Amino acid sequence: MSEAPPPPPPGETKPGMGVSEVSHTKRKVPQPYLQAAAPEKKVTVPGALWQGVKDTGAPVQRFLDMFGGHMIMMAKSLAWLPRRPYRPKNYLEAAEYIGFGSLPIVLLVGFFTGAVMSLQSIFAFKAFDLESFSGGVTAKAIASELGPVLTSLMLSGRAGAGIATELGTMRISEQIDALESMAVNPLQYLVLPRLVAATIVTPILGLLFFCIGMGGAWLVAIILYDVPQGQWVANLRNITAPIDVVQGMIKCAFFGFMVTLIGCYQGFNAQGGGRGVGIGTTRAVVLGSVSTLILDYFLSDILLSIFGSGRGG
Amino acid sequence: MRTSEIIGDSPADQKDPRWHIRVRGLTKSFGPHLVLKDVDLDLERGKVNVILGASGAGKSVLIKHFMCLLRPDKGHIYVDGTDVLSLSPKQLSLFRRKFGLVFQFAALFDSLTVEENCAFPLKEHTKKSTSEIRDVVNDKLVALGLDGTQKKYPGELSGGMRKRVGLARALVLEPEILMYDEPTTGLDPLATRNVDEMILDTCQRYNVTSVVISHDMASVFRIADRIAMLHDKKILEAGPAAMIAKSQQPFVYDFLHASGVSAIDGGRTPDSSHAAGHGGSIDKLGGDPT
Ligand SMILES: Nc1ncnc2c1ncn2[C@@H]1O[C@H](COP(=O)(O)OP(=O)(O)OP(=O)(O)O)[C@@H](O)[C@H]1O
Ligand SMILES: [Mg+2]
Repeated sequence: MSEAPPPPPPGETKPGMGVSEVSHTKRKVPQPYLQAAAPEKKVTVPGALWQGVKDTGAPVQRFLDMFGGHMIMMAKSLAWLPRRPYRPKNYLEAAEYIGFGSLPIVLLVGFFTGAVMSLQSIFAFKAFDLESFSGGVTAKAIASELGPVLTSLMLSGRAGAGIATELGTMRISEQIDALESMAVNPLQYLVLPRLVAATIVTPILGLLFFCIGMGGAWLVAIILYDVPQGQWVANLRNITAPIDVVQGMIKCAFFGFMVTLIGCYQGFNAQGGGRGVGIGTTRAVVLGSVSTLILDYFLSDILLSIFGSGRGG
Repeated sequence: MRTSEIIGDSPADQKDPRWHIRVRGLTKSFGPHLVLKDVDLDLERGKVNVILGASGAGKSVLIKHFMCLLRPDKGHIYVDGTDVLSLSPKQLSLFRRKFGLVFQFAALFDSLTVEENCAFPLKEHTKKSTSEIRDVVNDKLVALGLDGTQKKYPGELSGGMRKRVGLARALVLEPEILMYDEPTTGLDPLATRNVDEMILDTCQRYNVTSVVISHDMASVFRIADRIAMLHDKKILEAGPAAMIAKSQQPFVYDFLHASGVSAIDGGRTPDSSHAAGHGGSIDKLGGDPT
């Protein structure tokens, strides 16, 4: 055997003849097939094993690469926060695009989410004659979970995708290079304003989601199903506390930041023409939505351990 | 020949004031795809330096290295004797203001109007008032035959118009080094002549170092002081325009003569005038400003 040293099988530490004998017989069988497929490449068992490990690990490595890329982009952008020039116009434009632009869809979704939650809980509680609890349950669910998560999902579908497309187009048409060539830092000019704006604007969207959602719930309960308003409101105050709404808004701030960061990252790293921009946009929506749901669990865990579950009074 | 003009590679030599930009051993690949390999190139201060090369040879990639929009895998770039790769991000931002770059596909900001595009560098880097900025921008736009497009968006312009807006945007700050990536490709003959004159005029009036990538031989010999030919990942030949025009190197010869425009007649350098009278020349159009 003049080739690479034979692989010691796991557990087999016998030196000398024994080892080479084992590998020799093991190698004999697959050799012709392997050579027919790739005559130049020597395939050894450890080599193949290593390749297999690498292939299995590739998605993990890609994930880590991407995660690291996001972190680096975040750090580099935020480092520009205290530095001149401040360009308030960019911040306002970003806030308008992310906040005002997403408002109609957030309100629409909020209204119907509240309405349907109310409807379902009225029917669920009816058997026990507890319809008046529906308001409190709806409020609790919307304030701490449904509001932030659905707002974030809407945002990643609208603002995240929009940002990824816009920055991706700027990347492939060399507008980002042009910014740099004019000694303007693209992270400071394009990314930072969007991150800051999203962090400020998303909690407001979340709050509005909650308000209009409760409007929808009220409409269904009081107007359509004749739940007594006094009890409905009293139970609402008993079950839900302002701290629930605050927790939801804190979540919104994190979600908005993350969804926007993902959009910016995908846009910034777009390559290869319109197709590349399309791939980036799709990724921004998918990644944004999935990471919203994942982050939601961990944020809930942290926030609950800090504030506890709010009790109305 | 090129080799005789490259005197040495010690840092002291990089200070020679004749050469504004010096590139040494530049190697760049994108993934497995090697684009530039050990490129050495000198660009003369205050002159028009033309870079020629086949499509896809890596000309755009090369000039993006000069202002560090791309970083080489290997090699050095000296501008005014400074190794640009050693600059900190802050110094780099100051350093880049020396340059104006006209992108091959204009790279205008499509969310801004023509006027705002051209005003952008002025707003970012000068303390000029809005009305002063508007005047400067208007002057440049009128000079390039773009009057009336001020309020339009880049998407509403033709390719050639966009290109000229890109040119105007690079010119407004009056930088020390102006780089034009195919400034005349896609322009009609009159606009081409206009742009050529503009390049020469800025070069001479402000003593700007110009770097021009062009495929248009008539225009190249109208404006070039020096020519470098990029071929097969390297600089094949570089030197004064007249010398390159007479080159016997087969590839260079083919490249210069393929379009049917006789290179030798139009050269700006006086010592090429003896070769005048070559047939098929159409390159007197521009009028030699010298
Ligand atoms: N960002 C990039 N990623 C990957 N490859 C690139 C990138 N930019 C350029 N290339 C490759 O580098 C090579 C040179 O490209 P470049 O744009 O410099 O050509 P060029 O000489 O300017 O051609 P043209 O005259 O057509 O503009 C091409 O093969 C291209 O595929
Ligand atoms: Mg090019």
